[in-house]
Amino acid sequence: MKNKKTLILGATTLLLAIFLAASLWYKNQKAETFTKEVSKKQTMLEREHSVSLGDPDAKVTLVEFLDPECESCRAFYPFVKELLSKYPDVRLVVRYAPFHPNSKFIIKVIEAARKQDKYWETLGLLFYYQPQWGSHHDPKPELVWNYLPELGLDIDKLKEDMKDPKIQEIIDIDESDTKSLGVRATPGFFVNGKPLTEFGHQQLEALIQSELK
Amino acid sequence: MIFYAWLISLIATLGSLFFSEVMEFVPCSLCWYQRIAMYPLVIILGTALWKNVKDIHVVAMPLAIIGWALSVYHIGVQYDLIPESASPCIQGIPCSSMYINWLGFITIPTLSFIAFSLLNFTLWKSKNEK
Repeated sequence: MKNKKTLILGATTLLLAIFLAASLWYKNQKAETFTKEVSKKQTMLEREHSVSLGDPDAKVTLVEFLDPECESCRAFYPFVKELLSKYPDVRLVVRYAPFHPNSKFIIKVIEAARKQDKYWETLGLLFYYQPQWGSHHDPKPELVWNYLPELGLDIDKLKEDMKDPKIQEIIDIDESDTKSLGVRATPGFFVNGKPLTEFGHQQLEALIQSELK
Repeated sequence: MIFYAWLISLIATLGSLFFSEVMEFVPCSLCWYQRIAMYPLVIILGTALWKNVKDIHVVAMPLAIIGWALSVYHIGVQYDLIPESASPCIQGIPCSSMYINWLGFITIPTLSFIAFSLLNFTLWKSKNEK
């Protein structure tokens, strides 16, 4: 009787330990190959068309693959802004990973607002209202027209600019870079060409700090 | 025998979780039905062992048989013996996609088939145990 219980506990512990060890090993292995792969594809991290915020000669370039319709990107955005003000030697580059149904429409809005020099304001505003227009059960992308006048944007011009084939090109290139680089979740961060392999606030800040040294 | 059955279900459970949570393979719907049949067995058989419950195969075998049948069906879908249109996958991951293929025949449904076959065998063998 006693022996059997020991056996059950022993087998459970042993199997769980194997499971955890294998998980750790697999994750490390994957992170290593990912970092190696990305190091061969550095040109895909930033394109000429990419938007950038901060000192162009900053020591550290933080590339963020984001999706304006992704909740985690919204949740992470204030933290990214905080990092930028905390570390002035960091420059942010935004790339698009359109993973949701209305992502491309929203990206077009933001890129068209860029032509009116209201890029960051628009991105911030749409993130702010994302729970209203970007609900996954009942998305209402048309609601963005209610918010945008707040920023003093010329809506007619914006709607016209959204049709610009250059914007479509930006989306296509970013989408293909997302795939080639292996970004499978948003937000996806790269610091000076090194991918953030373990997602998290502290991990991102630590990676930036190590590159600032 | 029940101990072996329990061990098989535990290995199968952890293995499938490794595929989905660590390797990030998204399980298709047929995989989910097989998981529904497999995961409770860890608890049912484990508790039976711990508490010395008799005749646990009466409870466990229906699950094991359902899981086994699903894995046979799933293998059929993967090898085009059953058309994909007849499978319950409507959206997302098609059940015919193969994430792994070891030695040319070991796919995830094959592993599930092996596990459920061994489970049925050990549970059936446990019938006459005291």
